[in-house]
Amino acid sequence: MQTLKRIAWVAPLLSLAACKAEVLAPTGDIAAQQRDMLVWATALMLIIIIPVMAMIVWFAFRYRASNRRAAYAPDWSHSTKLELVIWAIPLLIIVSLGALTWVGTHHLDPYRPIQRLSEGQALGDETPLVVQVVALDWKWLFIYPEEGVATVNDLVVPVDRPVEFRLTSSSVMNAFYIPSMAGMIYSMPGMETKLHGVFNTPGSYQGMSSHYSGAGFSGMRFKAHAVAAADYDQWVTETRAAGGQLGRAEYLELEKPSENVPPRTFAEVDGQLFARVVNMCVEDGKICMAEMMEIDRNGGTDLAGTMNVHALTYDREARRGAREPALGWAPFFVSGFCTPEDELLMLSTRKTASAQRDPAPLRGHALPMPGQSRSTASLPLLSLMPGRDAGKL
Amino acid sequence: MATIDYSTTFLFGRLNLSAIPQEPIVWATFAVVAVIGIAVLAALTRYRLWGYLWHEWFTSVDHKKIGIMYMVLALIMLLRGFADAVMMRLQSVLAFGGSEGYLNAHHYDQIFTAHGVIMIFFVAMPFVTGLMNYLVPLQIGARDVSFPFLNNFSFWMTVGGAVIVMASLFIGEFAQTGWLAFPPLSGIGYSPWVGVDYYIWGLQVAGVGTTLSGINLLVTIIKMRAPGMTYMRLPVFTWTALCTNVLIVASFPVLTVTLVLLTLDRYLGTSFFTNDLGGNSMLYINLIWIWGHPEVYILILPLFGVFSEVTATFSGKRLFGYTSMVYATVCITVLSYLVWLHHFFTMGSGASVNAFFGITTMIISVPTGAKLFNWLFTMYRGRIRFELPMMWTVAFMLTFTVGGMTGVLLAVPPADFVLHNSLFLVAHFHNVIIGGVLFGLFAAINYWWPKAFGFKLDVFWGKVSFWLWVVGFWFAFMPLYILGLMGVTRRLRVFDDPDLWIWFALSGLGVLMVAGGIGAMLVQFGVSIWKREELTDHSGDPWDGRTLEWATSSPPPAYNFAFTPVVHGLDAWTDMKRDGQTRPRAPHLPIHMPKNTGTGVILSALATICGFALVWYIWWLAALSFLGIIVVAIAHSFNYDRDYHIPVDEVDRTEAARDRQLAATKA
Repeated sequence: MQTLKRIAWVAPLLSLAACKAEVLAPTGDIAAQQRDMLVWATALMLIIIIPVMAMIVWFAFRYRASNRRAAYAPDWSHSTKLELVIWAIPLLIIVSLGALTWVGTHHLDPYRPIQRLSEGQALGDETPLVVQVVALDWKWLFIYPEEGVATVNDLVVPVDRPVEFRLTSSSVMNAFYIPSMAGMIYSMPGMETKLHGVFNTPGSYQGMSSHYSGAGFSGMRFKAHAVAAADYDQWVTETRAAGGQLGRAEYLELEKPSENVPPRTFAEVDGQLFARVVNMCVEDGKICMAEMMEIDRNGGTDLAGTMNVHALTYDREARRGAREPALGWAPFFVSGFCTPEDELLMLSTRKTASAQRDPAPLRGHALPMPGQSRSTASLPLLSLMPGRDAGKL
Repeated sequence: MATIDYSTTFLFGRLNLSAIPQEPIVWATFAVVAVIGIAVLAALTRYRLWGYLWHEWFTSVDHKKIGIMYMVLALIMLLRGFADAVMMRLQSVLAFGGSEGYLNAHHYDQIFTAHGVIMIFFVAMPFVTGLMNYLVPLQIGARDVSFPFLNNFSFWMTVGGAVIVMASLFIGEFAQTGWLAFPPLSGIGYSPWVGVDYYIWGLQVAGVGTTLSGINLLVTIIKMRAPGMTYMRLPVFTWTALCTNVLIVASFPVLTVTLVLLTLDRYLGTSFFTNDLGGNSMLYINLIWIWGHPEVYILILPLFGVFSEVTATFSGKRLFGYTSMVYATVCITVLSYLVWLHHFFTMGSGASVNAFFGITTMIISVPTGAKLFNWLFTMYRGRIRFELPMMWTVAFMLTFTVGGMTGVLLAVPPADFVLHNSLFLVAHFHNVIIGGVLFGLFAAINYWWPKAFGFKLDVFWGKVSFWLWVVGFWFAFMPLYILGLMGVTRRLRVFDDPDLWIWFALSGLGVLMVAGGIGAMLVQFGVSIWKREELTDHSGDPWDGRTLEWATSSPPPAYNFAFTPVVHGLDAWTDMKRDGQTRPRAPHLPIHMPKNTGTGVILSALATICGFALVWYIWWLAALSFLGIIVVAIAHSFNYDRDYHIPVDEVDRTEAARDRQLAATKA
C-alpha cells in the first residue's frame, strides 16, 4: 500500500511537468485564478490528508497482531480530548477552506465582469468584446454583434481584451469550455447564461462542449485563436470581405443536425438573431418568449390563449430541423370554441384579459423585441387570434 | 444504425423488425448469453433443481435467502456493467489519430448510459440492500424483517427492473442520454425511440422494490430490536443501515415523481421539462439531484458500518468513539439533503448560491473525517489481524482518503468550473464508489460469507483478487485524474490529441487488472465451494466477532434465534462471551414463522410485462398486465394461509445438532 500511495502522488506531478496540463497551466487570467484556488484548496487539505495517510500505514504496521511488543488496550474506546481534536482539526480546515470558497466564488463568478487583465495589469478603457454563442446540434455558432460577423466552430478574439460571452442553445444542454481561458458554463435552450474571460497570450487553444448533448457531441470542438488587436481587426475585415449572410432563414438551415462541421464564417448577421434564438422565435409565426412573458405579466390572454399553442410550440415533437413532427408540419391547435356565438358568450362571461384591453404595443420585458429596434415607437399589436394562420385551419 | 420504423400496430405497438439491433457486437453477445442461458436451463432441468429453486429460494420470505439472492443479482449485473466499462476503455484506446474506434455514436452513447445505470441501480443498490437484508435482523436479534412477504416482493421488483434494462440490449435500444437522462435530450423530441422509455420503466419497476425494502428495513430496525437493545446499543452497521433506509424512504419518492413527470412529458405531451410552453429542464436537474445526492450516501453509509465492524473485530478492540460515529452518521444523513446543487455549479446559479452549496458539501467532510479518525484510533493499540476483510478495509482507508480530498476540491466552485464534467470528476466518483462501496462490499463478503454458508473463503484467491483490484483501480483511475487536469472531458467518443493516448492506454491496463480481480474473485468463490470441507467453520464465530449474528450457527437456522437474546450493552456478543454465558437450552416453544409465497414473483413478472408493454406502446398488454397486478394483489390480501409454526421437536433437533457442533469445535 505504501508504494501505491507514493506512485499515486508522484505520478501526476511528474506527468504535469512533462505534458500540457491546460487546467494547471492556463494562459488566461481567469483560468489561472481558478487554478490557484485549486492549488490552495489542495494544499489546505494536504495538511490533514498526509498525516492521516501516514497514520493509517503506521498504525496498520505497528499494531499488526504479530507485533507483541506493541501496546494492546482492548477496552480503550473513548477519549474526550482525542475526539475533540478529531472533530476540531477537520472543522478548522473546512472553516478556512469555506472562507476561501466564499470569497473565491464571488470573485470568480462567471457573471462578474473582469476586474483586471492579468496579475499586475489593470483594465484599459476598452469595453469587453461581446460574443454571442449558440450551441447547435452539433457545432458552435459565434456571433460578434459589434462587428456584425459570425463564425461556426472557430473563435477569434484579441488578447488582453476582456471577452463577455452570452450563451444559449438551440436544442439541448451543452457546456461551453475553453480550458486555457476560463471555466465552463452551461448553454441552455430558451435561456441565456454569461461567461467572462480573457486571453493573455496569443495562440490557438482547444475549446469544446463539455456536457454530453447527443450523437455528434464528440465533434463539438473548435479552436479559440487569441490574436493581437491589429490582427483581430484584420481578421474582421477579411471576414467581412469573405461574404456569406446569416439571416433567420440561413440560421434555420444551419441549426439542422450535422456532425464534425468545419469552420466557416459569415460576413453579415441579422442583428436580432441571437435575441430570437434565446426567445425561441427564429421561425416565422412564433411568439417570442419575451413577448409571451410580457403578455402574462399584463394578465394573460385568458381563454384566447388556447389558440396560441402552435405559435408557442418549439421542439416538443421532434429534434430541431431533424424530422417531421408526429402530427405533421401543418399547425395543429385549437381553432375556436364550438360556434362563434358560444365563443363570444364564453369570452364575455370571463374577465376581460388586460392584454386585449391595453392597446399599447406588447414588448418583451427587459429584452429587445426581436426584429425591431428598441427605439421604434410603434410596434404592431401582437395578434392573439392570428389572422395569418386562419387560412390553414 | 438502420432506419427505425416508428409506425405502430395495435397488436405489437411500435415493436417491429427494426427493433433488432444492427450491431454484430450485440449479436455475438446475444449468442453467448443464449448459449449460457440454455446451458443453465438445461442443467437445472437435468438435475431437477426447478422445484428446489422455486420452493427454497424464489418464493422464500427468509431475509437471509433474499439477502443472498440480492447479492447474486448484483454479481451478475456487475459482469454486465463491467463489460460496458471494458468496451468504453477499449474505444478510448482505439479512437485516436482520425480513427473512429470500433463503436459508433449510437452504440457508444448507450454503453456509457447503461454502465452508469447498471452500476448504481443494479449492482451497488442490490449489493447494499442484500447486505442489509441479511445482517440487520441477525444483528438486532430478530427472526425476520417486519414484512417478510414485502421483502420477497421488493427483491423481485428489483429483478424486474434489471430484466427490463437487460432486454433493451437485444430488443430496441437503451437510452443515449447519460445515466440521469437530463431533458431536453431525454424528451420525446430528442430521444424519439424506446431508449429513454426502457430507462424510465426499468427504474420505476426497480424503484418500487427499493422504496418498499427501505420502509421494511426501517420498520424492522425501529420495531424489532431485541429487548435491551436501545438505539445507542445498536451495532454500527445497523445504525448506518437505519440512516440509509431513512434516506431511501425520503429520497426515492423524489426519483419516482421526477421520472413520472418525464414520463408524462414523453407519453402525454405535458410540458414539465420541455423547452417550450413554460417547461424547464433545470427543474428536472434539480429534482433528480435532490434524489441523486442522498443516493450516494445510501450507497456508502452501510459500508461505513461494515468498515466499523471489521476494524473493531480484526483489531480485537471496541470501536473507538461509538457515540461520535453515530452522530457523524446522522450528521451525514441530514447534510446529504443540503448539497445537491454542487452537481451543477456551472449552470450559473449565482455566486452566493454556489458558495452556499460548496460550503455545505465541505462540511460533510468533517463527520466523514471524524469517522476515518475513529477507525484509525480503533486500530491504535489493537492487535490487528490482516485477514481479507481487514486488508480491504485498509485499502479502503487509503483510497477513500484521496477520493474524499478530490471531492472537496470539486466542491470549491471556482475549481469545479475547470474540473466539472472532466475525467477528473469521473476519476473522483469512481475513487469513492469503487474505493468505498465496492471495497466495502468485498470486505463484507469475505467477512460474512462463513456466516451465510458455514465455510470461509479461500485466502489465496482472495489475495490475488485483492491485489489485482487495488492495483488495477489505481492504474485505471489515476490516469483519468491526470487527463482531467489536461482538460479532457467525459463521454467523448473520439480523440484527436495523440499526447493523450498513453494515459488512456495505462487506464486500459488498469481495467484489465480489475478484470483479473473480478475473475479471481469468481475463482475464489468456486475454489471455496469446492474445498468447503476443509474451510468449514463449525463455531459460527470464525473471526471472534462482537455482534449478535456471530452467536448463531453458520448458516443460522431459519428462525435465527431459538430464544430472543437479551442485550445489556454495546458489542452484545463480546459481552456474552466474556461473561461466559451459555446458550439457553430451556424448553423450546413452537416458533411462529411466515410462510413462503409465489405472489412476489407473479406480481413482479406482471410489472415487468407491463413495463415492457409501456416501452413499446402495446397498450392492451399494458392495461391487461396492470389489471393483473391489481387482481393478484387483492387476491393475495385474502390469502390467510401465510404463517406456520416450527414444531418444538424440530427446534429441539436443530438446537441439539448445534450443541454437538459446538462441542466438536471445543474438542
